[in-house]
Amino acid sequence: MFSFCVDPASLDGMAWMACYLTTGKHMAIYTSLFTVLLLLAITAPSALLFGFLGASSARSHFPPLSWIGKAYIAIVRGVPDIAFFLFFVIALDQLFEWIRHEIKCPDWEAEIWQGNDFVVCDIAKLPLGNSPQWVHETYGFFLAVLTFAIVFGAFAANVLYGAMRAVPHNQLETAESYGMNRRQVFWRILVPQMWVFALPGLSNLWMVLIKATPLLFLLGVEDIVYWARELGGSKTARFTDYPHGDWRMWYFLALLVFYLLFTRVSEIVLDKVMRKLTHGQATLGGEAQRKAA
Amino acid sequence: MSCWETIADYGLRSVGIGERVLPREGYTLCQQFTLIGSGMIWNIYFGVLALCSGFFLATAVALGKASKNPVLQKASAWFIFLFRGSPLFIQFFFAYFLFLTLKPISPFFNPFTSAWLGALIVLFLNTAAYSGEIFYGALQSVPRGDIEAADAYGMSGWSRFKRITWPTMLRLAWPAYTNEAIFLFHATTLVYFSGFPAWQQRGDALYYANFFADKTFNPFVPYPILAFYFILLTLCIIGLFGLINRRLNRHLPQDTRSKMKLKLNLIR
Repeated sequence: MFSFCVDPASLDGMAWMACYLTTGKHMAIYTSLFTVLLLLAITAPSALLFGFLGASSARSHFPPLSWIGKAYIAIVRGVPDIAFFLFFVIALDQLFEWIRHEIKCPDWEAEIWQGNDFVVCDIAKLPLGNSPQWVHETYGFFLAVLTFAIVFGAFAANVLYGAMRAVPHNQLETAESYGMNRRQVFWRILVPQMWVFALPGLSNLWMVLIKATPLLFLLGVEDIVYWARELGGSKTARFTDYPHGDWRMWYFLALLVFYLLFTRVSEIVLDKVMRKLTHGQATLGGEAQRKAA
Repeated sequence: MSCWETIADYGLRSVGIGERVLPREGYTLCQQFTLIGSGMIWNIYFGVLALCSGFFLATAVALGKASKNPVLQKASAWFIFLFRGSPLFIQFFFAYFLFLTLKPISPFFNPFTSAWLGALIVLFLNTAAYSGEIFYGALQSVPRGDIEAADAYGMSGWSRFKRITWPTMLRLAWPAYTNEAIFLFHATTLVYFSGFPAWQQRGDALYYANFFADKTFNPFVPYPILAFYFILLTLCIIGLFGLINRRLNRHLPQDTRSKMKLKLNLIR
């Protein structure tokens, strides 16, 4: 990267470090920090969407729909989340391949489950066997995002379900007495009011989501954990210009600091948002603000 | 091979008793139930020991954070922030590589690189930080009247803490602490997926569930079995903590007792 990096063996101290930290592979670990941010940026809104669907179907007056919603909320809560991550990645992959298989190869004779193998016809494979590397990586990332969205959607559904029930019931009854139908009450009265009640739970969820991002590593995405293990392992002079011992401890220390900073910043921002939202509200927080002013 | 033989062979496989190799074929329902259940031994081991030891450190940390001494207060606050602000997964990795680096220095550190001790220490510190925060919150909401009444009775220092402050703190914190316990047990599944190696394929429940899912390429059997075991475990924890909750609240009139409201929507 720098002009003085031509012969690393002759460098020492800061110069060596500067060159070492800007090698191509280190650029990859910095990019993977953005993968984490990208994951958060995509997952947070889609989990919120899943959560909203889950919560509103749990409230539904049509029993099967409300059972589905409630089961969705309940199941994810009783079981370790990491088990879901491991489960959904395979299950979703097989589901997609099976659907494509049914559409593309209708006259396939053999069983799909052959003993311990899952076999679909070649053109139904996802991604196709001959597609380039980036397609495989993008597909893996897409599966990971979907998994995160499903699992965190259940948590969000739980929060939103609670928030919907926290909206004063008189408000809904008043709306009904004004002649609004169920749908109007839901969209005009319930949904606009529930966010204040949902925010503490959702900000908590955001913290949890940040702390769940290293689990990407388990889903087979080349994320920061993967690169920290790769780069930190001891290197001999035969394979690299920058030989060093086992530095994985320092790499993970850096990751630890990264996450601490990230949660600290989020905490400060969410505090600000909460203060804005509670301003003037008839809640304890709003009252405390009024007194302090 | 009947199911009883499988149970005899693999029931204690996770602690090294029984058959040496994991099953190579068949992967029957019985095998999966037995092996995943045997893995639960480790989950319970980690959970129970970390919870019991973490309880005491958590009390100390909560008192430290609430104390007037600025050094103690800062130290406790930083401890809580350090373990609550970073992912447990990264903490496991960091601790493992830290112990690995310390290993050449002294043979004293040898056991720390294996999961039974190293991961236990991480879980102990982690749960101490999380429950410390819970206890701190409860400590802040101990009614002032209770303390004043204790003062009026002439209690102070240790006896006031032991008889009034601490029981009230526990009573207020208990529902949240139950949650923490449940999630601690869930968190134990991370151990063998971070740096800590599963020696001789002696792993926890998720390790075996993952083993079967990899071998059969069918996630629809092992993971629901794992879920079944964990839901069972969760119910046991709720039952046990409910009993303790009843004891903590036994002096209160029926209608003012704090109900166990469980909000299971946290992971770390």
